[in-house]
Amino acid sequence: MTFLIPRKPTRRSVLRGMLGSAAISVSLPFLDCFLNTNGTALAATGAPLPVRFGTWFWGLGQTPGRAISNKMGAGIEFLDECKALIPYRDHINYFSNFNTPLDGKVSQVHFTGWVAARTGEAPGRDRDVRLPTLDVLVGDLIGSGSRFRSLDVSCTGNPKDSYSFRSAGAPNTAEVSPVSFYARVFGPEFVDPNKGDFKADPNVVLRKSVLSAVNEQSKQFVSTLGAEDKARIDQYFTSIRQLEDNLAAQMQKPEANAACHVPGLPVEGQIGTEVGFAQTNHKLMTDLMVLALACNQTKLFNMLYSDSGSSLRLPGTSQNHHNLTHEEPNDPKLGYQVLSAKFATWSMEAFGYFLEAFSKVREGDGTLLDNTFIFANSDTSHAKIHLNDNIPIMTAGKAGGRLKTGLHIDGGGNPLSRVGFTALQIMGVPVEAWGSGALRTSKPITEIMA
Amino acid sequence: MIGVSLRKYLRAGLAGVVAVALSSCGPKEPAVSGGSTVVRQITEAQYRNIIRDVFGSSVTIIGRFDAPGREAGLLAVGASKADIAPATLERYDNLGRSIASQVMEEKRRANLVSCTPKAPKEADDACARDFLGKVGRMLYRRPLTSAELDLETRIATEAAKARGDFYAGLEFALAGMLVTPQFLFIAEATEADPDHAGLQRLTGLSKASRLSFLLWNTAPDEELLAAAEKGDLNTKRGMERQIDRMLDSPAVEAGVRNFFSDMLGFDAVEQLAKDTIIYPAYSSTVANDLKEQTLRTLVDLLVTKDGDYRDIFTSRKTFMSRQLAMVNRISAPTETTWVPYEFAENDPRSGIQTQVSFLALHSHPGMSSPTLRGKAVREIFLCQAVPPPPGDVNFDNFNNAAVAKTARERLTVHRTNPTCAGCHKVVDPIGLTLENFDGMGQFRTTENGVPIDVSGDLDGQPFEGGVGLGKVLHDSPAATSCVINRVYAYATGRAAGRGDVAFIDYLEKRFAADGFRFKSLLRTIAESDAFSTVAAKPASQSNKVAFDASGHKELQP
Repeated sequence: MTFLIPRKPTRRSVLRGMLGSAAISVSLPFLDCFLNTNGTALAATGAPLPVRFGTWFWGLGQTPGRAISNKMGAGIEFLDECKALIPYRDHINYFSNFNTPLDGKVSQVHFTGWVAARTGEAPGRDRDVRLPTLDVLVGDLIGSGSRFRSLDVSCTGNPKDSYSFRSAGAPNTAEVSPVSFYARVFGPEFVDPNKGDFKADPNVVLRKSVLSAVNEQSKQFVSTLGAEDKARIDQYFTSIRQLEDNLAAQMQKPEANAACHVPGLPVEGQIGTEVGFAQTNHKLMTDLMVLALACNQTKLFNMLYSDSGSSLRLPGTSQNHHNLTHEEPNDPKLGYQVLSAKFATWSMEAFGYFLEAFSKVREGDGTLLDNTFIFANSDTSHAKIHLNDNIPIMTAGKAGGRLKTGLHIDGGGNPLSRVGFTALQIMGVPVEAWGSGALRTSKPITEIMA
Repeated sequence: MIGVSLRKYLRAGLAGVVAVALSSCGPKEPAVSGGSTVVRQITEAQYRNIIRDVFGSSVTIIGRFDAPGREAGLLAVGASKADIAPATLERYDNLGRSIASQVMEEKRRANLVSCTPKAPKEADDACARDFLGKVGRMLYRRPLTSAELDLETRIATEAAKARGDFYAGLEFALAGMLVTPQFLFIAEATEADPDHAGLQRLTGLSKASRLSFLLWNTAPDEELLAAAEKGDLNTKRGMERQIDRMLDSPAVEAGVRNFFSDMLGFDAVEQLAKDTIIYPAYSSTVANDLKEQTLRTLVDLLVTKDGDYRDIFTSRKTFMSRQLAMVNRISAPTETTWVPYEFAENDPRSGIQTQVSFLALHSHPGMSSPTLRGKAVREIFLCQAVPPPPGDVNFDNFNNAAVAKTARERLTVHRTNPTCAGCHKVVDPIGLTLENFDGMGQFRTTENGVPIDVSGDLDGQPFEGGVGLGKVLHDSPAATSCVINRVYAYATGRAAGRGDVAFIDYLEKRFAADGFRFKSLLRTIAESDAFSTVAAKPASQSNKVAFDASGHKELQP
C-alpha cells in the first residue's frame, strides 16, 4: 500500500534542474532563487492550527476488571488502574472487545498484538512487520513541511523499542535520552517561530541542494542494480526525499504559536529499564514533546513508555514486569496479581501525565490536546496468558474537532483494525479499506467521527 | 625478531606442503551453482573503520547508529535486509556533516586534501576534482564514474562560490558523499564468468569488497583496490596473494573480533541491564569488560595461536581486568590493563560458555535463566532454532511455583504443562548445568540456601556443569558445522541455502582436515569459487529451504 504525496513543483525542482541535469553550467546566484533581496523568507501564511497525530504505547495491557467498568457509551467509568485518566475522560475514547483474529497464524507473543493494532496485519513470524504502521501512513499525508518528519521517543533506554515502521527492514528508531532529544529539537539549529527576524540559514539552503543532487545521482547508481536489489533500498529514497522536505521547511519561518517557548536543558538522569528511570524520562521527554509540537517542529510523534512485553522492573527485585505477569501468584484475598497490577497502574499514570501536558498547552481557544489525535495501545490484554483479544486501545484528543470523544465503545468481537482504520479516515488519509486477512476492514467506527 | 621470521618462514613452508597435499588428495571444492549478490547496509563498525582508514583516527564520530535486525543468527545477514528509515538517514546526515567539517578544519586539511587550491577563498575545479576523486574511490570502494565525479566537483564549486571558501565547498561535497547509497550500501556488480559457463562472477572490485569486509571489516585498502583494477583478483594466484597478505596483517584481528561479536550477539551488551542492588559488582565498565574478555580470548586462541576452534569451549586461558576479577572472585591484577589469566584445572570455569559475557547476557536483570542460557547454547553455538513460547498459556500453576527455592524446582512446573514442556525440555537441561553462575555470572553453590544441582544433558548426553558442557560442545559436530555456516553467511551476506549444501559439506571436511583452524576456514571460504560466483539470475528463491524462517536449522526431534 503506497500513498502518493501530492507535490507542488517547487524550488526543489528548480534546484534539481540546477544541479542534477547534465547540461548545467550555472555559476551564479546559487541562493538567490530561495530568498528575497533582504535574505528573509516568506512571511507566515496564517494557516489554521495544524492537526497533529501521534501514538502512545505501553506494554502488558491491563488487569481484567480493574481498568474500566463494563458500562458502554458516554461517560467512561475508569476503575482503580485508570484513575489517573479520570480528569481526561471527556477527551478519551476507550475501545473494548475488539479482537485479533490470526487467520491460523501462530501468535508471536508480545508482537502479534501491537503489529495487528498498528498495521492491520497479524504477522506471520517474529519481527516481520510487512505493512507500514499507522503513523507512517498519516505522516505521508501531513508529515512534510515540518523540520522533523516525526519525533520518536522510547523511555526504556533502548532505541530499538520503536513501533514505527515503513517496512520490516527500516524501523524509525527512537530517542532515549532527554538530553539528546533536547539537543536534536532545541539545539543550535532550532528557529524560534515567535521571533521576528527570521533569516533562512544559507547552509540549510546549500545542504538541501546537495541532497537533491545526491538524490538525482543516486538514481543512476540504483539503475545499475538488479530489480530485487533496487526494491531493497527503496526506503532510502523515501528517506532522502523526507530529509529534503525537512530542510525545505527550515527555509521558511515556522508558524508562530504563542504557546511555543524554548525549554531549559533537562538534567540527564539515569536511563534504563528501572521503572523510576522510565517514569522520570517519560515526564522529561513528554514536556519536550509538547513544546516541539507547539513550536511546529513536527506534526507527528511516537511515544513509548514501556516496551511490548514490558521489561520495566523495580530495583532490588529479581523479576521484571514481564516475568511478574506470568509468575506472580494471584493474591488469595484480592484475586489478582498485586505487583503486576501496580505496574499497569503506573503505566496509566504516565498516560495521564502525557494528556495533562497536552492539555496545558493553550492553542487558540483550546489546547494542544484539542488539536491532536493520540492513538494509544498495548500489546496484550491479560498479559498473564498472552491474550491478544480485547487489547486495550484508546484515542485521546479531538483532532481539531474531527474526533468525537468521551465514549466507551463496545467492539462486540470485531477486528481491532477497525480502530486504526477509523484513525486513518479521521486524519484524512484516502483509504477505503485497511489491513489484511481477517483483519482487513472497510468499516470505520462512525460513532467517533464528527 | 629472528625467531618470528623463522617461524613465519617455517609456517609458509609448511602451508605450502599442506596446500600441495590437499590439492592432490584432500577434499575438493564441489562444482559451484552460483550464489546471489546482496546489497548490504554498512554497519557501525564498518562505517567507523572506513572513516578512520580514510581520514585518520583523530576524526571523532559521535552519534548513534541504528543496527540492522538479526537474520539467520547474524547482523551481517540482517544488513542485507536493512533499509534506511528517515530517522536513520537524519543521523547519517548529522554524522556526515560533522566528519566533513572536521576533515576541513585547518589542522587536518593540509594532510588530507591532496592539492592546494589556487586561492583559498575561491572555487578550484581541478583541485576539488582531485580530492573528491581520491576520497570517493575509498568511500565508494571503486573509482567514481565520470558523471559522479562531475557532479561532486560541481557541488564543491557551487558551494565554494556561495560561501566564498574553497574548503567549505569540499565540505559540502564530502558531507553529501557520506549520505549517498553508494557509500551507505555495499552493492555488488557481476560479469560473465569465463571459468563457469552460464554463471556470473563478482567483478574484481566487488570481490575486493567482499574480501575486505570479511577479513578486516573495512573497505579495501589501496593495494587491494589496485589489484582489483588490474584484474589480479580474477586469477587464483592473485586472490591467494591478497588473501595471504590480509590474513597475515594485524587488521585480521578486527575482522575476527567483529565476526564473533556478531555471532555471540554482543550488540546486546549496549542494552545489558543488571540490578545493582542484587549485583553490586555490576557497572558499565564490567559490561564493556565482559565482552572484551571473550573477544581477547578468541583472538588469542584463534588468531595469535592459530588454534583449534573447538577449544573455545574448553580453554582455561583467558584475560583478566581488575573489574572482571571482582566478578570472577579472584585476586585483582595489579596492572590497570588486561593481563593473561589461566583458570586452575579444577575451576568451574573453562570455555567461553562459562565466561561472564555469555552467562550475564543470557540472564534476566535480577536472576539467572536456565531457559535463556539453554536457548542461547542451541541457537548461538549449534545453529538450532528454539520455537518462541506459545500464546494463550495458562500460568495458574505458578501459584505453586512461588514456593520453589531453585531454578530447577521452578522449571519443573513448566514441564508439567504439555504446551510448554516441548521447548523447555530441549533448553532447560542445558541451561541448568550453568546454574552455579548467578544472573551476572558470579560463581555460587546454593540458591536460597539450597545446594544447586548442575547435572544435565544435551540430546541425551549427560554431563555436569559448565565444564562438562564445554566438553560436549567441543566434540559436537553440530558446533563446528554451525560456525562454518555462520562464517559462510557472514562472508556472503546471506544464509546458506539448498544450492550450498555440497559446498558446506566440503567446508566441513576441509575444516576437519585443517585441524579446525579458524584462519584456515576463512582462507578456504575466501579462496573458493563459491565465494564469488553468482547465479545468472538472483538465487534468492533457493535460499530458504535448508533453513527455517529464522534462518536456523530445524531442531532434530
